[in-house]
Order: sequence, then structure tokens, then C-alpha cells
Amino acid sequence: MPEHYINYMIAFKHQQTAHCECGVVSNMFRHYGLEISEPMAFGIGAGIFFAHLPFVKVNGVPGSTYRVAPGMIFKNVCKRVGVDVKTQKFSTPEKAMAELDNVLQQGTPVGMLSSVYYLPYFPESYRFHFNAHNLVVYGKKDNDTYLVSDPIMEMVTEIDSKSLAQARFAKGFPAPKGKMYYPVNVPKAVSLKKGIIEGIKQTCHYMLKIPLPMFGVKGIRFLAKRLAKYPAKVGDRRASLYLGNVIRMQEEIGTGGAGFRFIYAAFLQEASVIMEKPELKTLALELTKVGDMWRNFAFEAGRVCKSRSAGGTSYQQLADMLLQVADAEEAFFKKLAQVKF
Amino acid sequence: MKKDEVPQDGENMHHGTFKQLFYAVDDSGKYTTATSVGWEPENIAMSQAWEEINEKVEQTRKDVLAGKLSPIAYHMEKSLLTLPQLAAYVNKWQWQVKRHMKPAVFETLSEDLLQRYASTFNISVAQLKQVQ
Repeated sequence: MPEHYINYMIAFKHQQTAHCECGVVSNMFRHYGLEISEPMAFGIGAGIFFAHLPFVKVNGVPGSTYRVAPGMIFKNVCKRVGVDVKTQKFSTPEKAMAELDNVLQQGTPVGMLSSVYYLPYFPESYRFHFNAHNLVVYGKKDNDTYLVSDPIMEMVTEIDSKSLAQARFAKGFPAPKGKMYYPVNVPKAVSLKKGIIEGIKQTCHYMLKIPLPMFGVKGIRFLAKRLAKYPAKVGDRRASLYLGNVIRMQEEIGTGGAGFRFIYAAFLQEASVIMEKPELKTLALELTKVGDMWRNFAFEAGRVCKSRSAGGTSYQQLADMLLQVADAEEAFFKKLAQVKF
Repeated sequence: MKKDEVPQDGENMHHGTFKQLFYAVDDSGKYTTATSVGWEPENIAMSQAWEEINEKVEQTRKDVLAGKLSPIAYHMEKSLLTLPQLAAYVNKWQWQVKRHMKPAVFETLSEDLLQRYASTFNISVAQLKQVQ
């Protein structure tokens, strides 16, 4: 057996989550005895958001996002609950893989950024060049296969070292550059109260106060206005593609807009117990209704997409639905901002 | 969304083999999780996006066979890459990659550069040169 032949497996408890970044936070912290649920990570990390960025085109289609920028949730949670994290980036795949082996050998599971395009275990239809997917590697076997806890998968899985190196060194935006991270100091017991308050405050600020039309509740209205004009502006075919992208950004794994509303509502339910604030529970109920409105919008949008030549009227109707969502979200976040802690 | 409303429309590209986790409320109004094999609007949007890609790949394939473009154009589309991404992978400027998509220029590329393109597309140089 060659001396570099290494096999090791860290006892790591995998749990499937709805969103990769929150899932990695939750799974990785649990490994150190710190229980933070996925919704709690999402809330403290101030993950919920909306932005429509017509000038950021993905394959010629204007982009929307229902969450904050990748990496922000993780950063916020660590800061707010007092976890110290070591983060590394690398100049070459060789160095990145060697350091991964090195840290694994010390018994530490490692979180990292990857491009889903290079993950063979990922469902084929989702494998686009999306470079900000988070996963945890918790061991290595047969010298060439890494053991993976990918939060969006039901079960733990495996990946060959070549694919993993490619996934970690995908080019484009953002380029992961082999980025990996792991906690170096995790407090056993923390008070989540401070984090909850700070998370809620930041979220309300993002959703209500950014003085640009593309962001927060204003961003939803911005999208509505543009969406109504798609057929006239770019023709039926492209309009359908644009609309399809809004749905995909809303409903696909890890980006789910309506899904994110439900996760945030779950967070508020949990927070209401910790903070002893019954009004958060009422607000959770209200946000659940907003999530359902998003789902109704997606459902109707899907129908319009399918018919392809639906014309201007249906796009106007969809825009009106979005305006109602915007009103409901605005009312919700204004109430949330007024909760006294 | 109630737990029993979590959609189960498995008519999608992964044929319902992949289950996504959702948060939904149970009968008592408490949040819990449930898995879903898919949902109609997402399935529609997803297959529409792939149709668009497949059409583009097919059109580029025809252009390569007609001698209008070099195989690099075809493999770029097939690998779902954009010009800026591909340029970053082979460490060239975008205008250079665009030039390499001209069949006449492609013929003159060095073995080393062809190899870089081939590794980017996860294929061999022989496969790179062959578009059928």
C-alpha cells in the first residue's frame, strides 16, 4: 500500500435541508454540539431578501434573487453567535486538495464552495454553472473518493477527487478558488436572542430601507412593472424565457422564493418561543400567507410559460399578482420592524 | 403552505428521483418539513430552459458542420459555458476565443491550446476536433 494511501471517515450527522448555505451552517455546528436549526440559521443570518437586477443577465435573461448574496448568511450567523471560522482560498487545485486532506486527517469536517455543474451526484437537470453551492466533505476512502454531506441531498454521497477539484476551481462568477472553511472555536451553549434581534433588524432594513428601486419590497414592484412589458418589449418567446427564469429562481433548490418565505416563517415561530414574544407567532402566520401568494404567482406564471403565446394581458395579470405580493410583504415587514425587543 | 399541500408532481427531468425539502405547516399550524418530488411550474420552467439550450446546441452543431464555426463553439454550448467563462478556463481573452471559433483559425491552434480546450470540456483532443 503506498504511503499516501489514506482512508478516514469522520462521524458526521447529515441532515437534508432546503437551502445549502443554512444547511451547512446547521449541520456543521451540530457536529460541535451547537444546535441551530436551518430556519434559525436563515433568520439570524438575515437570509431572506428580494432583488431584481435586469442588467445582471444570466445567459441573456435578467436575474432575480430571493435571498442575500452567497456567503452572507454564514458570515452573519458566525458573527452573531460567536463562532470563529477559518476560511482559506488557494492558488492551485493541488494545494487546495492537499490542505483538504490535511484538515480531514485532523478529524475536522470541511465546508466548501463548489460549482454544481461538476457534481456527478447532483440531479442532471440542475447541473448549470452555478458556482456558489455549499457542501461538507467529512472523509476520504480508496485514496480517490471523498465522502460528502451535501445539504440538499437526502443522503450522504461520494465524489471522485477529479470532479471535486473541478467543482472547487470552477471559473466564472463568483470563482470559488477552492474556498473552504471550518469552525475553529464553537461555544457549546450560546444565547440566540441577540442574534435573532440583529438578524430581524437587518432583514427589515434590507427589505424596506434600501434607497434603490431594485431591492427589497421595491424590487418586487420593479420586477412587476418590467414583467408586464416583456411581451411588447422582447416578444412572446423571450418573454416566456424571462418569466421561466423568474419561476426557476423562485422555486429551484437553494433559491426558492416562496420556500424562503416559509423558512423565515418557521424561524419566526422558533424565535417567538425563545424571545417569549407571541406576536412573532402571529407574524409567522402572516408570512405563511405571503408565501402562499408567491406560490399562486408561480403557478399562474407556469401556465403562461407553457402556453408561450399568452400575450400582454396575462403578463399584466401576473404583474398585478406581484404587486399584491409586494403590498403584503411591505405590510408584513413594517409590522416586524415595529416589534419591540 | 400546509404539509399535505407540498406538491408531488414528478413529471420532470429527474423523473421524481430527486426529493427536495420543503417547510410547511402541520394541522396544528406548527412548521415542519416534507419532501417533494417536484412542482408543475418549476418543471415547466426547467424543461423550457433545457429546450432552449438544446436548440442552441443543435443550431451550433449545424453551423460547425456547415463550416461556419469551429468545434469550440459547439463544445462551449454543449458544456453550458459562456464566452467569458470559457475564456477564463483557457486563460485567453474573449476576442481570442472568438477567433478560435473560426474554422480557419482553429486549424492553426497549437496542440497545447487544443489540450486546454479539451480539458475544459472534459474530453480528448480527438473528441474536440470531431463534431458529428
